[in-house]
Amino acid sequence: MHLFVQACILGLLTGGVYALMASGLALGFGVMRVINVAQGALIILGAYLSYTLYSHLGIDPFVGLLLLTPAMFALGVLLQLVFLRPLRDEEREELSLLVTWAMALGIEGLLSVAYQTTYRSTITSYADRSWTVFGYYISVARVFAFVASFVVLGLLFAVLRYTKLGRAVRATVQNPTAARLLGVDTRMVSAVGFGLSVATASAAGAVYGIVFPFNPGSHYDLISRLLSIIVLGGLGSLGGAVVAALFMGLTEALFSAEISPTWSSFTFFIVLIAVLVVRPQGLFGARVRGAI
Amino acid sequence: MSALLEVEKASKRFGGVVAVDECSFSVQAGTITGLIGPNGSGKTTVFNLITGYLPADGGQIRFDGRVVGRPDPTRLARRGLIRTFQQARVFPNLTVVENLVLAAPQSWRSAGRPRVSRAERALADELLGDFNLGAHAGTVAAELSFGQRKLLEFAATLMSRPRLVLLDEPAAGVNPVLVETIERHIRRLHAQGLTFLVVEHDMPLVMRLCDPVIVLDRGRKIAEGPARQVQQDPNVLDAYLGA
Amino acid sequence: MRAALVFGVLSALPFGFTAAWVQNLFIFTLMYAALASAWNIVGGYSGYISLGHAAFFGVGAYAIGILFTHTSIGGGYRPFYALPLVGIGVAIGSLPVAWIAYRTRAATFAIVTITLLFVVQQLAFNLRSLTGGSQGIAIPTPSFPVATYEEPFYYAMLGILAMSMLASWSIRGSKLGLALLSIRDDEDRARGLGVQTELAKLTAFAVSCGLVAMAGGVWAYYIAFIYPQFAVDPLITIGMVLMVYLGGKGTIWGPVLGAFILVPAQQYLAYRLGASRLYLVGYSAVFLGVMLLLPRGILPSLGDRARKLRVRRVPPEPRVEEVAAS
Repeated sequence: MHLFVQACILGLLTGGVYALMASGLALGFGVMRVINVAQGALIILGAYLSYTLYSHLGIDPFVGLLLLTPAMFALGVLLQLVFLRPLRDEEREELSLLVTWAMALGIEGLLSVAYQTTYRSTITSYADRSWTVFGYYISVARVFAFVASFVVLGLLFAVLRYTKLGRAVRATVQNPTAARLLGVDTRMVSAVGFGLSVATASAAGAVYGIVFPFNPGSHYDLISRLLSIIVLGGLGSLGGAVVAALFMGLTEALFSAEISPTWSSFTFFIVLIAVLVVRPQGLFGARVRGAI
Repeated sequence: MSALLEVEKASKRFGGVVAVDECSFSVQAGTITGLIGPNGSGKTTVFNLITGYLPADGGQIRFDGRVVGRPDPTRLARRGLIRTFQQARVFPNLTVVENLVLAAPQSWRSAGRPRVSRAERALADELLGDFNLGAHAGTVAAELSFGQRKLLEFAATLMSRPRLVLLDEPAAGVNPVLVETIERHIRRLHAQGLTFLVVEHDMPLVMRLCDPVIVLDRGRKIAEGPARQVQQDPNVLDAYLGA
Repeated sequence: MRAALVFGVLSALPFGFTAAWVQNLFIFTLMYAALASAWNIVGGYSGYISLGHAAFFGVGAYAIGILFTHTSIGGGYRPFYALPLVGIGVAIGSLPVAWIAYRTRAATFAIVTITLLFVVQQLAFNLRSLTGGSQGIAIPTPSFPVATYEEPFYYAMLGILAMSMLASWSIRGSKLGLALLSIRDDEDRARGLGVQTELAKLTAFAVSCGLVAMAGGVWAYYIAFIYPQFAVDPLITIGMVLMVYLGGKGTIWGPVLGAFILVPAQQYLAYRLGASRLYLVGYSAVFLGVMLLLPRGILPSLGDRARKLRVRRVPPEPRVEEVAAS
């Protein structure tokens, strides 16, 4: 029982971080119908940048977040303009996978050149500390990571709900044609939306780097999990992504604790298959079949 | 005359919007039945329910006596229920003949055979002749005009000798000459025993062609009967004018 | 016919170029040409972009490896005879996977296939008793004469390329091909007309995977060691997909052309930049260039240009816009 609860705690904490990562992916898809396979690589990029800020300038990762986020937002907008906007509407969904995969490879390559392939970790002073609450170990770093993730997620939701820009983004996600007819500049919204999704990646990366060791190749592990999460949550649904992420985090931790750690990453795939057989559109996705 | 198609208390909701609300009607074999209603009355949604493109939230649909269980357009097509689309959907990168041949029922055993057999080509040519598209047999469908595509789509529905053809706004977006052509074909095929269910906005066409006419409003049937009668039904006038 | 000429030349090549590294290059070129052709059957004809085909390549590779470690198949030519069995086995085995994947469309389908790739890679790492885990499987090198060592592998790959192209060509001209193309154009309408889309998609997938697995088998035997990260490598999928797009998705010779251009380019890149990790950056640049500048591919673009020239030569006829009422 103790192990169960311990695993649940760990799972939820990890799930929170996944939630932040996945929400960026979901947003990117919602705004532009683009599956950003490079999200994993961008998260790792964020991790590296945060690591560099800490190890070279002594800036705590959570503070460094504030610097990184706007920079990565700008990067996101730039990437969208250069690589995604030129794609025509009809082929965008299909080609975006390949284009963003290429971007991921490029980022991985650049990071390998800059940092070599040794594993790094942003080891802060509190990285090893843990609290003991009712006999359960709770890693301080993970709690901070979880809290930071939800703060950023909260900010993202707030921006989407309460700002004019956010409303424009949501309108575009729901119905791009209608949004355009209502005067929303969908091109600008796409750029901004993508920028936001990359910005969340940087925050997620900073947070990730504290808890897990990483190297340039780690993005594959991440993206495979994230893709499963957004399919489970339903493509384009931010709320779905968050729920799915928490669920997956929990499931993975429980599986790892109760059954086997080496196979824990399989939980993602198993859940994915189960969902696809029963409900291909995911938990919160719209049914794609059929011409309406 | 038995009912070829029976829709019984069909319902469909999209989020909070009720598109089809316990809608019931039937289509008798051998008729050209019209389905009209103001915009948003659920006509196209009903079409999608009948043809299996959307699962119904409630109610039952029976085709040829058998219940339409799992929504599966392929199975329904094989049972003899084919539809056209408002936007005149064809396979743009395939030729006209190939478009037609695809619509003819194939067994899995023929998977390895050549794309268009001689017998199929002959059948397609005959059909194309009926529709005056013979000159375009080898043309890629993307190069056809909208009117030609409508005819091609219509012709394709006939390749499988269906029992019931659902026409989704056959007169939309085409000039009056072509409307006349399409009407002529519908009548000709009707005389040969084909049943039609036609969704249309072109009132004169509906009045000329369809009997009976079913009127939907806000997802429910509000009137049914011969065209003249429906035209004078106060409920119908209300729906159209009051909307 | 063009094919006879090309294959004639290809068959003679090992005699003209005897240097081992050149033959090695040819083998990889043929391999990717076969892979690209096979991928094209699903991605090009039906329009379903599978990004996990490398998984089946890996399965084929491991199948051969496992044959060595678990049976007494011995060396020499015998593993080559096992290839068709591997191909058929993987083709059948891919059906349940395909069935699940085909419950989704477009982007979700691609994601599912990517996930499949990672699943297989994980399995390769985890099922240690079968696959040797991260230690991999080492295959005893066959005792082919050193001077012509490459040749059996070369001809094996050539054979698989021939099979791949034959499959591609015969499917294209058949009813199956017609069904696949209709799926690519408008799957929902195809279903509404009674086309057996499920069957068509599954068949195409199985054939494609079987071919890919066979290529993987030859590769494994040639390379003589199988590690999970190299046998089930996302870069293999990306490679074959890129080649198909470059040469022309949906054409018969396009994928082959793409491979013949990109594999030597890839090897050259590896040679110049392989030491540093800039190789990935270079690869990514080529990839992005092709996707953004030439998304239709070489052959279709040439075809378009030829057609435009032809049209300009013929004086324009008045187009018959409407069908006259008769």
